[in-house]
Formats: sequence, structure tokens, C-alpha cells
Amino acid sequence: MELFNLAIRSIFIDNMVFAYFLGMCSFLAVSKKVSTALGLGAAVIFVLTITVPLNWLLNEFILKEGALAFLGASFATIDLTFLRFIMFIAIIAAMVQLVEMVVEKFAPALYGALGIFLPLIAVNCAILGGSLFMAQRDYTLAEATVYGFGSGTGFFLAIVALAAIREKLKYSNVPNGLKGLGITMLITGLMGIAFMSFMGIDL
Amino acid sequence: MSTDTAEKEIAIKESEALLSKRRKKLMTDPLVDDNPITIQVLGICSALAVTTQMQPTLVMALSVIFVMVMANLSISLLRNKIPTRVRIIVQLAVVASLVTLVNEVLQAFAYDMYKELSVFVGLIITNCIVMGRLEAFALGNKPYDSVLDGFGSALGYSWIILTVAFFRELWGSGSLFGIPIFDGISSLFGSDFQLATNGLMVSPVGAFIILGLLIWVQRTKTGYVEH
Repeated sequence: MELFNLAIRSIFIDNMVFAYFLGMCSFLAVSKKVSTALGLGAAVIFVLTITVPLNWLLNEFILKEGALAFLGASFATIDLTFLRFIMFIAIIAAMVQLVEMVVEKFAPALYGALGIFLPLIAVNCAILGGSLFMAQRDYTLAEATVYGFGSGTGFFLAIVALAAIREKLKYSNVPNGLKGLGITMLITGLMGIAFMSFMGIDL
Repeated sequence: MSTDTAEKEIAIKESEALLSKRRKKLMTDPLVDDNPITIQVLGICSALAVTTQMQPTLVMALSVIFVMVMANLSISLLRNKIPTRVRIIVQLAVVASLVTLVNEVLQAFAYDMYKELSVFVGLIITNCIVMGRLEAFALGNKPYDSVLDGFGSALGYSWIILTVAFFRELWGSGSLFGIPIFDGISSLFGSDFQLATNGLMVSPVGAFIILGLLIWVQRTKTGYVEH
């Protein structure tokens, strides 16, 4: 039940986009069409679900203070936390590369759908942000996996909803200076207000 | 007069002035006409999350300036040595090391600020402005020009997030840099008069709306239209 609550919280209440502004660059750039937004959203869910637990293992068994104790007593005091950024981003970049190759080999149809979005994802703040929040909040492995999946789903929902609105928006008469990014920011703000109503849920 | 101009031409031939017209343009373009946030739509992620208060925003802006200048310099120095195939990984490694440095300094000398910014210092790594400038400029230009370009882009980023933070803190908390402004103004007019703060500005929604309006004003002034 705890895990289910965590999933709900990470999808709706702590939404990556509306509560933490993560992944905004691709959120704004790839939300012009629903079909491409679906592709990017699916790729983000996929990569977050894999990299968050993987970085959890890395953090738990190598980087955390005292994590190297299993190598012997003299390693027990080593604290490699300062390597967190560089190790997390390396794992993410490597995983994205690996996932891309595996998907291309074994699931060509899925590769066709996700293909061009996978490389983009290595530098998506939502992915690194997911891992950093996981490390900060001391999740367990199961929680980390659920959190990764949940926050990916939150991003997916947000980007698909925005893309649907922007497709309709093409037919509206928007003031010149507000066209494109400006109106998109305002819409995102309004969607954020809608998502704020989830904060009332007591989990 | 004629000797004057002749002298200048020779000087330019020998070595470009430290702040020639072209180099000034490198620095001033990203401030308004080619602003990374409002025109190029880069680096929005971190632009919004830290802007509820002026102080963390200022720290964030200084960190980004440091990281961008140093990253542009290092990549530009290494530009002929980096094989094109692994350039993204090299860039990520350089940026991640610099960000780690900033993070450690903050943790050591400004622990409260470190707690407040939490993961957002780390997210400078994936700030698209940094990667974008490395890809688009530092890989193909000389170190000094790259430093100016990085500095200019980081300044363009900084003034936007500082403006957003100014409005959000003033309307959301009624203060600037933690100094209560609204209370001071209210007390001037007696006890019946009270300036109210708006909770929406503290929430993420306020950031989206302020930035949206800022983009509108800025684009109307520069005449930039997106199609």
C-alpha cells in the first residue's frame, strides 16, 4: 500500500513538471504534436524506471558513506558522496546507449517509436533529477523503482496533455509576442493550477 | 585623423583588440536579442525551481556563470583533441566535475544555501544552456572567445531568473533578499493599510506565469515572432 501511495504521489502530487520544473526543455520543445510527445513520454518512463533503481544500487553499495564496508574494515570510513553527480550522469548516459542498442536489436518496432528520443534523454533534467531525489530521500530499492516509474508517468501525462492543447492552439489567434513559448508557459501555469488540486489528497 | 585610422588598422592586423566590436557582440547578443531563456528556450528547468527567493537565485546565477565560463574554456582548449564520437561524454564529464566543485564549495562555506538549493545545483549538469553552448560554440572557437560567449550566455540567463525571482519574492513573500518590504510600506500608512501577499507566486504556478509574461514583454520589444 505504501508503494501504491508513493506511485500516486510521484505521478500527481510531486509531478516532475508541475511541481519541480524538471525536464522543461524537452517538455517545451517536443510538445508540438501528440504523436511525438507520446514517443518521448514513453522513452522517459522507460529510462527512469531503469536508471533510478540502478543508481540506487550504485549509491547504496559504492557511493554512500560507509557503503564500501563490505570490502573490509579499512574501507568502512570512506565517503564517496561527492562523486554522485559524475557517476549518476555516467550511468545514465551509458544506460541510454545500452538500452538504445538492445531495443534496436530485439524490438525494431519499439525502436522505430522511441529511436530518436533515446539519445535526447541522456541530458534531460528529469532523468538526473529522479536519481538525485531518490538519493536525497533515502528510498529503498522497491520504492526507488516505483518512484522512477511514477515520476516517468507523471512526465508522460504532462507532456501528452500539453501537446494535445497545443495542437488545438494552432487555430487560435495569439498575440505576436506571446506566440510559441510565451503562451505555452501560461498554459503550463494553468495546468499547474489544475494539478495543485491533487495536493489536497491525504496519502 | 588619417594617421589615426592607419594605426588602428595595423593594430587589428597584429592581434584583435581585447574587447573588439565582434567580441562585445559575443557577450551582448545573449543578453537581449538572442537570450538563452526567452528566445532559444534553453535551461528553463533550473530557471524556475530556485526563483522563489532572491538569495538562492543569485547563488544559482553565480554558479551557472562559473560553470559556463570554465566549461567553455576547458572544452575550447581541448577542442582539437576530443574525438567527435565521444564528445558528449567528454562534455558531460567536464561539466559534472565543475558542478561537483561548486557543490562542494557550497556545502563547505554556505551550508544553509546548499540545503535550500538541494538537487538543483546538480541539475546544472543537464542545463541545456551549458551543453548547447559547448556544442554550438566552444567546440569550434578559440578559448578567449569561448569564455566571452559563455559569460554572455550565463549573464543572459542570470538576469532573467533574477527578474522572475524579484517579482515572485516581492509578491509572494513581500520581501527582497529576506528584507521585508511590504511590512515597511504598510507601516508608513498607519495600521488600517496592509499590503497583501499572494500565495500563488510562491507556488510553481507563479513562476510559469511570470516567465510567460516576461517572455511576452521581451519578445514584443525585440519584435521576435515564433512560427
